[in-house]
Amino acid sequence: MILISTYYEHGCDKVAHVSDTKKTLDDPPPPPEKDRFQEELDTDFLRGNKVSHYQLFPKSLGQVILKFSVSELHISFTQGYWRTMQWGQPFLLSPPGAELWVWFQDTVTDVDIAWKELTNVLSGIFCASLNFIDSTNTPLGVGNVTDQRFLRSAVLPREIVCTENLTPWKKLLPCGAKTGLAVLMNSEKFFHSSFYSQALHITPVCQDWQCERGLSSFKWSLFKMFSRTLLLTEACPLAFSSKVYVDVTDNPQVSNLTLATPLLSQAVVLEDRRTYSVYDLTNQATFGQTRSLNMLLRWRAAENMLRPLLHGERYVAGYGLQKGEIHTLVYNHHTYRAFPVLLLDTVPWYLRLYIHTLTAPASVATTNPVSYIHYQPSKDRLQPHLLEMLVQLPPNSVTEVTVQFERALLKWTEYTPDPNHGFYVGSSVISALMHSVVAMDTNSTQERRFSAESSYFMWVYTEPLLVNLPTPDFSMPYNVICLTCTVMAVGYGSLYKLLTRTFQVEELGIRPFQCLLRRKQSIFCRFQWGEFTARRGSRSQQAVIYL
Amino acid sequence: MAAPLTLLLIVAVTIRAVLFRSSLAELIPERVEVVSPLNAWKRVVEGLALLDLGVSPYAGDVFHEVSPLSIPLNESNPSIHPSIMADALTAVALYLAVKDYNKTVFRKQKYALEAERYPLDCLELIRTPKEMYYIPLKVAMFYLLNPFTILSCVAKSTCGLNNAVIALFILCTVKGSSLMSAIFLALATYQSIYPLTLFAPALLYLLQRLYIPVNWQRSSFWLFTTQYTFMYLGSLCVMVCLSFFLLSSWDFLSSVYGFILSVPDLTPNIGLFWYFFAEMFEHFRLFFICVFQINVFFYTIPLSIKLKEHPIFLIFMQIAIISIFKSYPTVGDIALYMAFLPAWNHLYRFLRNIFLVSVVLLACSALFPVLWHLWIYAGSANSNFYYAITLLFNVAQILLVSDYFYAYLRREHHLTHGLYLKRKDGSEATLVLK
Repeated sequence: MILISTYYEHGCDKVAHVSDTKKTLDDPPPPPEKDRFQEELDTDFLRGNKVSHYQLFPKSLGQVILKFSVSELHISFTQGYWRTMQWGQPFLLSPPGAELWVWFQDTVTDVDIAWKELTNVLSGIFCASLNFIDSTNTPLGVGNVTDQRFLRSAVLPREIVCTENLTPWKKLLPCGAKTGLAVLMNSEKFFHSSFYSQALHITPVCQDWQCERGLSSFKWSLFKMFSRTLLLTEACPLAFSSKVYVDVTDNPQVSNLTLATPLLSQAVVLEDRRTYSVYDLTNQATFGQTRSLNMLLRWRAAENMLRPLLHGERYVAGYGLQKGEIHTLVYNHHTYRAFPVLLLDTVPWYLRLYIHTLTAPASVATTNPVSYIHYQPSKDRLQPHLLEMLVQLPPNSVTEVTVQFERALLKWTEYTPDPNHGFYVGSSVISALMHSVVAMDTNSTQERRFSAESSYFMWVYTEPLLVNLPTPDFSMPYNVICLTCTVMAVGYGSLYKLLTRTFQVEELGIRPFQCLLRRKQSIFCRFQWGEFTARRGSRSQQAVIYL
Repeated sequence: MAAPLTLLLIVAVTIRAVLFRSSLAELIPERVEVVSPLNAWKRVVEGLALLDLGVSPYAGDVFHEVSPLSIPLNESNPSIHPSIMADALTAVALYLAVKDYNKTVFRKQKYALEAERYPLDCLELIRTPKEMYYIPLKVAMFYLLNPFTILSCVAKSTCGLNNAVIALFILCTVKGSSLMSAIFLALATYQSIYPLTLFAPALLYLLQRLYIPVNWQRSSFWLFTTQYTFMYLGSLCVMVCLSFFLLSSWDFLSSVYGFILSVPDLTPNIGLFWYFFAEMFEHFRLFFICVFQINVFFYTIPLSIKLKEHPIFLIFMQIAIISIFKSYPTVGDIALYMAFLPAWNHLYRFLRNIFLVSVVLLACSALFPVLWHLWIYAGSANSNFYYAITLLFNVAQILLVSDYFYAYLRREHHLTHGLYLKRKDGSEATLVLK
């Protein structure tokens, strides 16, 4: 794993360099390469409620944060699904599609209006269709936190990430698209990867114990896998520090083509002591004579890759378009420790969940793994289902949680342009508070990013689901209206006739076959208009018992 | 007559019990023809599970029953499920009601014969006690052994309960007890709004029974009408307030009555609403909702005027119109009005389309599951196929009801004007509606 980190500090004119890496692989098939770029910016946003230094931080975001009184914001755009079992635990995980979590400050009077406006503004800044976020995919009452009325979150699993989203993202960086990391970001290479995610995290950092005035920490992170062929020779001059971290825990053989000597540092990431070789790009010696940094990594087949402790999978079972079942599998790979996890599911309203069918088969250790359920049912066309469960995971086991649902028939205008593609259900989140037995490492200066506390919070996303709904025939609205109104009219007509008319003896006694004879005669006598009209007049009273 | 009825009940209960224990008991509750979002048992269980979780059952959009009736139903696996008991109760109530009604009909006929109000040639239309003897048993049999009723019972649909309440209402009306009739009618209206239209025929029958003529100027008419109205509205208010106190909120009004009237759920069923509103232009949705709902209610006054001498036939007509045009019909609703058909056996000679109608109904009943499977599971048909059968089924029902109406009116005409009508020149006449 390679990590490129650039650290900007507000108000400093330190010059830092960011370099690029180039990797070539020898062994086919190559395991996927993982690259992560992270930029962090600390700035004081609450001092005087005014931000005046926009040289490092983009003005558009700053104004948005001030206008909507946002206290914390996390937005991520992801394409692909991170395969935890094959690729290990990532630093920061995000679900496929677009995800947005916002905490508003206490001063906001109407959170729903602020949420709606914020999503629209953000969709403009990031060129993404965040305007599809409305009450049908914003579950209310997420979590049991006290200030949940100021929290809004939404996931758009159908959202696609492409160059259109990368370009405005790049523009938000302090160095823009000119120097520094913008050169690394070649969209053609990015979007060939199996997993691509770009995110922006704005979190408050408390300065005092009441957290009234604090710094805000802004992080951009870009997590991608690709094979790059570009080199970077110049770093962003505004960067305070800029380093490349190569994770050499599993593959200690790294050779550097430019003869720079990396530092080896160790850090603990998520219960896992990993070794990184660090290339400090502020040091001119790193670049060597070619004025660029190139790296060659040889991978062995991943034999003893450490399996992540917590892993989740989800799929839809059943056949047909009437009903189905959602199965969520939660894996606990810890050999002896059992721990509880919180499973959070947001299911759209058109899959009608039946919570009484929620089953989690009992295992040897526990009779019922699900110990607590918080469920908020959906309202048709208004809000989605919100299901939170506390599941006890026995050690080294798989727990399967199943819930049945029914598929709704929607109005013809509510289907997407390609209705037989299906509807996406956002990933469910499995979160746990894990205990760490690894001691904290005080050597690394980046320990803030690789924090190892006595317990740490981690979460895993499952796959998004794609479900098909029964569709009406979209070419038929006029026909359906006509036919159904015809049936209504048949009923109305029959009853009207029986209600308003009485039985009467018919006047003329012309029998049916005589009627036919007369008709034939009239065809030959059509020139005699008077007789013809007289006969036509008489025929209207002839005996035809009709409905 | 108690012994044949008991035998019939035993046979019916046996059939239902056998089906309950077979594998069909899991398949049938899933069929959309048999259950609807209003009366599915799965939703009742879901509502009670939500109550257990501490969430109001009306918070979501899954539970649409009025609460007090469903809570006692949550007995886990009783030996005889409440839906079987409801079916038995309905059959017995219909049996007793039709028996009493036949006595009334025979008595009136006797008085008319003595007063020589019938023309001489229509004596073959007069009903004999012998032919009327087995009609109550046939009515009970038509209800209990109807496949639609059996399916509805095995699905544990609450439609059985609705039918039981309406049958008890008919029994109380025929027996002449206006208080009990008002209470049961209020209960039926409280469960689903449509039995409101049965108020007029009940009132007409009770007035007839008390020999109060339907005359606007008579004070006795107004006295009884206000009395009955107050009893009905009072019981309805009591029930609605009880529901409020049970869950301490008025949510159930929008969840139950708002749901029935505004049709937000477009799950396919055998009615006309679902596909119509799935394909409706948004702009006209409210207009057509109003039109379709008014369509159920507005036949009441014209039918009451035409059939004011024949309130029980009016009840039959009203129940049929409700079953055809309500927002979420199921086969259980159809079974209730079909149970009355043996009571109109004497109209057989005047029915014109009975063969066509019965064949179409049979064919559609067979085609419903086939086309559903083709649409939902096989994917080789689309929703239009199922919708077409729905249309055909409803047209057949409308033809059935209007045919019986025609036959009834025609028999009445013959009873006043004679059976073999002659024209002025002495030749045989035919009757037309003009």
